[in-house]
Amino acid sequence: MFHSSKALIRNPRLALAVGIGIAVLLQLGGGWIDPYTTQVVLFAAINVILAVSLNLVMGETGQFSLCHAAFMAVGAYTSALLTGKALPTLLPHLSWTGSSWASQVFFLPVLLIGGFVAALSGFIVGGPSLRLRGDYLAMVTLGFGEIIRVLLQNANFVGGARGMEGILPATNLFWAVGFAVLTVYTMIALVRSTYGRGFQAVRDDEIAAAAMGIDTTRVKVTAFVIGAFFAGVAGGLYAHAVEFISPEGFNFLRSFEIIVMVILGGLGRPVGVAIAAILITLLNEWLRDLSQYRMVVYALIIILFMILRPAETLRPLLSRVLPGRKSAAS
Amino acid sequence: MTSAGTPLLEARNCSLRFGGIAALTDVSLRIDKGELVGLIGPNGAGKTSLFNILTGVYRPTDGEVLLEGRPVTGLAPHRINRLGVARTFQNIRLFGSLDVRMNVRTSFIARLRGGLLEVVRRGKKFRSEEREIQEEGRRLLAYFGLEEASILPSRSLPYGDQRRLEIVRALATRPRLLLLDEPAAGMNPTEKEELKQLIARIRAEFGTAILLVEHDMKVVMGICERLVVLDRGSLLATGTPAEVRADPKVIAAYLGEQHGEEES
Repeated sequence: MFHSSKALIRNPRLALAVGIGIAVLLQLGGGWIDPYTTQVVLFAAINVILAVSLNLVMGETGQFSLCHAAFMAVGAYTSALLTGKALPTLLPHLSWTGSSWASQVFFLPVLLIGGFVAALSGFIVGGPSLRLRGDYLAMVTLGFGEIIRVLLQNANFVGGARGMEGILPATNLFWAVGFAVLTVYTMIALVRSTYGRGFQAVRDDEIAAAAMGIDTTRVKVTAFVIGAFFAGVAGGLYAHAVEFISPEGFNFLRSFEIIVMVILGGLGRPVGVAIAAILITLLNEWLRDLSQYRMVVYALIIILFMILRPAETLRPLLSRVLPGRKSAAS
Repeated sequence: MTSAGTPLLEARNCSLRFGGIAALTDVSLRIDKGELVGLIGPNGAGKTSLFNILTGVYRPTDGEVLLEGRPVTGLAPHRINRLGVARTFQNIRLFGSLDVRMNVRTSFIARLRGGLLEVVRRGKKFRSEEREIQEEGRRLLAYFGLEEASILPSRSLPYGDQRRLEIVRALATRPRLLLLDEPAAGMNPTEKEELKQLIARIRAEFGTAILLVEHDMKVVMGICERLVVLDRGSLLATGTPAEVRADPKVIAAYLGEQHGEEES
């Protein structure tokens, strides 16, 4: 565990101030960053949000979910509809370009609404299906993911299979990095509390957890809904970063990619998962030149990662570099 | 049948069938406040099935369960726990990835007052609540001699300590009735002796009623006020240890078996 984060966890205002400070600095002082690098950082931040939020469901609570990309899609489409149709119709006299003050001011509520709608869909799927275990839950979530994709493909008002284009490019380093920091903070704060130990208790032994008075279904639904909320926010950020979304972008493979990040980072280790999300984003970029061999090399590298477990090898090294880390006895 | 009035927990004519197999047939049981009752019987007699009915893991096919006169038949396990019935498991079920402290802390989740937002905000209410829980958990662990182990992973504890931790975790939910499922299983004679003392301390300190499922006759006969004997899913006898020991049916079904062949 990263004890250096402890001071930040004890003092939430400090943690958020540092995070938002970094986001603001990147946004204001990042003029020298070229558009390509900016894009990669945006993707990395979005992947961090996705992976760390899925980690709450898979890593902490131990529920196998295969529809994280579907929640992302719900958030992406909801927010794209808001900025593309609802807002310009309701407030036509304001300027709606990516960097206009109106779009920046309204971007926060738009992202949050996207998150809430995704959370609602998480509640609708999770409520009945989280009574199921293991394989069965995986099947239901896989099915839900496909349902969302097919629904979007057949919904003409959002472009059907062609997708939506010309989405307001409102996502910038401030929003993406800011939300990534907020998500990581929220997840760590959540788990490091008596309440949060309930997620892990459910993962370790559901029967024992219930016998200790924990409403296991409720704990699982809570994890699912929170996970879906942040996935929805990530979807909103993604839509407004790439300016084009289509149902295919949120298919099962996208969910799977997020799962790989969670497993690679170490189930139940938010910081590790965030690092894995960044590494996989970079890997995706580096392998772009390999074109058709990309997935082969990608798979090989993932397998090597799994075998070598660099996170565990690096931990003793990191402990020397990072200040404020004490032995396990602290 | 020690005292009159409403029993703490009562099972009335409970039956449990899995398809064609009858695990329990028409079993009744009562436990009064603060009482220590032993539940014995040969392997496969239905002791754990009865436990699972009392704690809501199974819903009885027939019959009902009353907690202080209120029907609780078939309530979810977490609701029964919140009504004051806690248990341990025959095969230890600790939260393996959590350390000893955290295992105990999970028992406080059901009583948390602050919401999720309060947890994330790390507000004043959250901090004082966490402090209280930490303090009570620490006190409990200290009382049962597990304080030094508090930051060890629960998996790494010696067997006897794991059993003890399971009991502490159950007690942390502040039960009025504690169900212990074969707590002495796999223990050596010293550990068994410690267990007997532990049970006596729990009763003295917390006034908790205890239902004890146990194979080890020495443990049961030594500390229980009343015994309930199950055999092949039915009630065979109830009474004081002396009465039960003298009961020819019990001797035939259970005690005799110890000298004869082992039934499985």
